[in-house]
Amino acid sequence: MQLFLQQVLAGLANGAIYAGMALALVMIFLAIDHLNFAQGEMATFSTFIAWQLLAWGCPYWITFVLVVAISFVGGIAIERVLFKPLHNADILANLVAFIALFSILNSADGYIWDYTIKTFPTPFGSKPLFGSVLIDAHEAGMLVVTAVLLGLLYLFFSGTRLGLAMRAAAHNPVSARLVGIRVGWMTALGWGIAAAIGAVSGMLIAPVVFLDPNMMFGVLLYGFAGAVLGGMTSPGGAVLGGFAVGVIENMAGTFVPYVGRDLKLTIALLVIVAVLMVRPAGIFGRTTVSRV
Amino acid sequence: MKHLTRRRILAAAPAVLAFGGPLLSARPARAAKKYGPGVTDTTIKIGNTCFYSGPASSYGTIGRAMAAYYKMVNEQGGVNGRKIEFISYDDAYSPPKTVEMTRKMVEEDHVLLDAGPLGTPTNSAIWHYMNQNKVPQLFVSTGASKWDDPKGHPWTIGWQPNYHGEGIIYANYILKQKPDAKIGVLYQDDDFGKDYLRGITDRVGTKGPAKVALAASYETTDATVDSQIIAIKAAGCDAFVNTAIPKFAAQAIKKAAQIEWKPIHVLSSIGQSVAVTLKPAGLENSVGIVTDFYLKDPTDPQWKDDAGYKWWVAFMGKYYPNGDKTDVNNVYGPSNAATVVQVLKQCGDELTRENVMRQAANLHNFQVPMLLPGITINTTPTDFAPVKQVRMARFSGQRWELFGPLLTGEIG
Repeated sequence: MQLFLQQVLAGLANGAIYAGMALALVMIFLAIDHLNFAQGEMATFSTFIAWQLLAWGCPYWITFVLVVAISFVGGIAIERVLFKPLHNADILANLVAFIALFSILNSADGYIWDYTIKTFPTPFGSKPLFGSVLIDAHEAGMLVVTAVLLGLLYLFFSGTRLGLAMRAAAHNPVSARLVGIRVGWMTALGWGIAAAIGAVSGMLIAPVVFLDPNMMFGVLLYGFAGAVLGGMTSPGGAVLGGFAVGVIENMAGTFVPYVGRDLKLTIALLVIVAVLMVRPAGIFGRTTVSRV
Repeated sequence: MKHLTRRRILAAAPAVLAFGGPLLSARPARAAKKYGPGVTDTTIKIGNTCFYSGPASSYGTIGRAMAAYYKMVNEQGGVNGRKIEFISYDDAYSPPKTVEMTRKMVEEDHVLLDAGPLGTPTNSAIWHYMNQNKVPQLFVSTGASKWDDPKGHPWTIGWQPNYHGEGIIYANYILKQKPDAKIGVLYQDDDFGKDYLRGITDRVGTKGPAKVALAASYETTDATVDSQIIAIKAAGCDAFVNTAIPKFAAQAIKKAAQIEWKPIHVLSSIGQSVAVTLKPAGLENSVGIVTDFYLKDPTDPQWKDDAGYKWWVAFMGKYYPNGDKTDVNNVYGPSNAATVVQVLKQCGDELTRENVMRQAANLHNFQVPMLLPGITINTTPTDFAPVKQVRMARFSGQRWELFGPLLTGEIG
């Protein structure tokens, strides 16, 4: 029983990592209908900026706010400079731009901060929570922050004019433009928010997995899996999907005899394929119908 | 007149045949000298591939330290009067690129041999090419056990103690502490991880009382290895062999401390760096962990009066002043290069690829300044594992402290 509980909680902790990334992926997908392959590298870059500020002696929470702000602006800048010109271009052109961004950021990380792993501080401490070996304070903190982030996004999208405008721009760009919404800027805003979410999840993940230029590479795969499982169009679904992938992966690794441990990634991905065959839009996703 | 090489003589042969004559008389005088590609009376051209860019570029300093060593040899007069021309290409730890660069050095640069190319997957990619084309793949900088295969791959030879042998040594250490140990192993799900695991299971056997209770693999794409550590602890293991790369090794040490699990903890040489693994994991969490060494750790104060260490510091100061003097990779490079130079010395004037392999398999008690005292390099035509001995070390909280005798990775 202890093993089961420990594995579930470890799965949730990993799941929180995937959920953060899944959330960022969904934000950009909602804005531009494409998957941003460079999402992980953007988050890593933000985390390196945070690491640098901390190394210069900036206090943690000031760094945190500063980096989220820098990332928000950076995300908007990337959209304006790199992707706005590609707005009407072929999907392949966008794809190449994503991959270019991926490799530019990854190499820049390595060039500026080198490839050895770095420790990153946690604001929550790493003591066991309530004296239990099941979960430590940082893992619990990660779960809380993910929940808060999701709550804020919900409030933003359902309760503010800007949030509504963004949703309108994503759902129906033509009509949105007709009622006076600046669709281009809404897209840029989506990028900014995604970059900011990525920065938060990067700063939360780094104390656990250690910071290096390839920190997000594996996480992006799992985050993508989580997003697809939950639905690429549903922020809440993506977060749940991320958690589900974390737990499924650990359960498969621990309790499926023989093949479980070596193939735990495969099993997690098989579950996703199964879901997609039944519900292509993901569990919580909205089915999009396009007129031909 | 230019220097005569075998190739020039062959190229000149038609002319000689046509004119009869005087040139033929030059040949007996040169008969004692036999040259393969890349060799002249004054130079020996050798190649190498290394990671100067890409994800593993922190190892790139190995290639730079090798170059520095050859520079030193050249300044001191070269090998039997010949200067070494060292051509090192960047393969960015990408096997396809290794193939491309290696073909370039063999087919365009015409090197005599490939000296200390770096990396397991990268060397695997050129393994068959080198053996088919009979080009020496000398002292590869990787610890996979497959390089010790004189029968199947007579043109490839390893250098450092191999992972399989290290696995045996780790199991020996654990069985000595605890004959009925239940051993947990964390390994990377690829060649190098399985080499370690095989060494451990070969030694532990199936008869008991000790056994490998749980061998848990990880993929480099995993976010953490927390789940594996929890499972190993839950399997009731009281000994743990941690063969992960630094990032995951550090996670494992940290997680073990967090779930208050204190097994006999053996950390493989892959993850033994204090700066790269133990500091991120927490030095206080790492106390009591053991590992094995064959090179002198440049950060260990016990070597400060050691002649070998003093030589190395002087070498670094003069020939590689930008190199990090706390990085064990800068110890590795020159030690590996010194072995290549020894082979070239033993070749004398018969610098052919065949003789290079003959001499590489004919090293006896060769000493390198930065190998641990007592460790010597020995090879025979049936033994392609030059460095075989190691010593165990325990982490004090500040540094590794050597203990016990020299060990070899043999069962029995």
